[in-house]
Amino acid sequence: MAAELNKRKTLFSKGLDSFFEGCAELAGFTAQVFKEGIKPPYEFREILSQCYEIGIKSFILVGVTAFILGLVLVMQSRPTMVEFGAGSFLPAMSSISIVREIGPLVTALICAGKIGSGISAELGSMKVTEQIDAMEVSGTNPFKYLVATRITATTLMIPILTVYADCISLMGAFTGSNIKDQVNIHFFFNRVFEALAYKDIVPSFTKTFFFGFAIGLVGCTKGYNSKKGTEGVGKAANASVVIAMLSVIVIDMVVTQISSMLGYL
Amino acid sequence: MESVAQNIIPSKSATGIEPVIEILHLQKAFGSNVVLRDFNLSIYPGENIVVMGKSGIGKTILIKCIIGLVKPDGGTMRVFGQDISKLDHRELDELRMRIGFVFQSSALYDSMTVRQNLEFPLRRHRRKKISGNIEDLVREALKNVGLENAIDLMPSELSGGMRKRIGIARSLILNPEIVLYDEPTTGLDPITSEEITRLIMELQQKYKTTSIIITHDVDLAKETANRIVFLSDGIAYLQGAYDELIKKDDPLIKQFFKK
Ligand SMILES: Nc1ncnc2c1ncn2[C@@H]1O[C@H](COP(=O)(O)OP(=O)(O)O)[C@@H](O)[C@H]1O
Ligand SMILES: [Mg+2]
Repeated sequence: MAAELNKRKTLFSKGLDSFFEGCAELAGFTAQVFKEGIKPPYEFREILSQCYEIGIKSFILVGVTAFILGLVLVMQSRPTMVEFGAGSFLPAMSSISIVREIGPLVTALICAGKIGSGISAELGSMKVTEQIDAMEVSGTNPFKYLVATRITATTLMIPILTVYADCISLMGAFTGSNIKDQVNIHFFFNRVFEALAYKDIVPSFTKTFFFGFAIGLVGCTKGYNSKKGTEGVGKAANASVVIAMLSVIVIDMVVTQISSMLGYL
Repeated sequence: MESVAQNIIPSKSATGIEPVIEILHLQKAFGSNVVLRDFNLSIYPGENIVVMGKSGIGKTILIKCIIGLVKPDGGTMRVFGQDISKLDHRELDELRMRIGFVFQSSALYDSMTVRQNLEFPLRRHRRKKISGNIEDLVREALKNVGLENAIDLMPSELSGGMRKRIGIARSLILNPEIVLYDEPTTGLDPITSEEITRLIMELQQKYKTTSIIITHDVDLAKETANRIVFLSDGIAYLQGAYDELIKKDDPLIKQFFKK
């Protein structure tokens, strides 16, 4: 019994230890990114090519998921809303749920999986095959060239992908409304935009920059610090997905709290 | 008492010539794992030094200290007379342009073609006025290693021996005065190893470089070395020319040279 308890305690404290180690690792890395990345010269070409990579890699996946979620959202809520005689609120309801929560969160989660793991696997294998060392001896600061560019690119691209996901998802919602009903597209989108207010758009758009930053930062940290060997690279990619997704959810919660305090909700 | 370690501390006054690389009391540990304890070595212009020693003994760490990729815990390291721990970013970059590093894993950039790999050091060391146009320099570097046809291939399309050659070409493209080779023939078949050995010797003669070669390959050591240094227990355990060392009655050396 005591042994069992002891074992659990060590498991728990080990978990706690590795949590704090992870936080320290992230904090140290963030400090270094700002220290090295902020000084000019900047690697604009690399930033652009990373943005392009991120966009190409995720726009189909994000688009398909967003469309289906919009469609399903309307199909599932329609019966209840019609029952309460609120069928005409469907466009407003989908618009607010999509713009406030579904679009940003789904985009960020998909990118945490796809982009975050991609970044950490790429940097991890560059690390273990000494490519990062090779860059460093070739007059290139790997922090600027590899890390700062990727973090900048995710910070810029997640918001753009979110806007795109919002649009596609609203198209999905429109399609969903048309399965049982005939809804005019002008009517639908008029209602959608009428429902949206400044306070819906600003906090939800602002948080996507934080999502992007977190995804890039976690992917780079895990990749750059990955242990030697192919196993290390796999572990790094895996850890980066888990941590990036968790960070996205936590940021979402914090932003929602803050915007509610500021009277945005 | 031949087997007693001779941790020679070199002094330049004895020879009168300034060493290109001077390593004094170098120390490096990772936690409780002491890798370099008190390593001393001087390398003079035009010398080819081979460093031998067991796997995991610290050979790679040693040459990474020379180029500033690994920060030593103690000791001094002078390259071209400059103490590298005292250099700033810019001075270190300038120093690194004069040193070629051939990585054990070749370290070709996976996402770039062979051409872009070779252009990378040329384009990135912006401060140096590159003499000649980039295309010509790339072609010449590839010609040196006999792989002109590989210019538009991706690293994933190359064999192990070809990757090594491209790695060597990339390290030599800025015409460095010092070249550091990390196990250039490890993991290659005997025929390819011999080709790489020959290539290294040709390039040494052509460009008159000073070099440090890390290897387990006795043939490579015999062919290229003016002096062989055995790294063991964190110090330069024994050193000398191949012909001298082979006569020694030291268990470690016997193991290396037994075939
Ligand atoms: N980044 C690191 N962190 C911790 N230990 C390291 C690191 N790099 C190398 N080591 C340790 O230093 C020792 C020497 O490594 P290395 O120089 O690569 O050996 P080798 O002589 O085979 O080239 C090894 O025991 C290795 O475990
Ligand atoms: Mg090694």
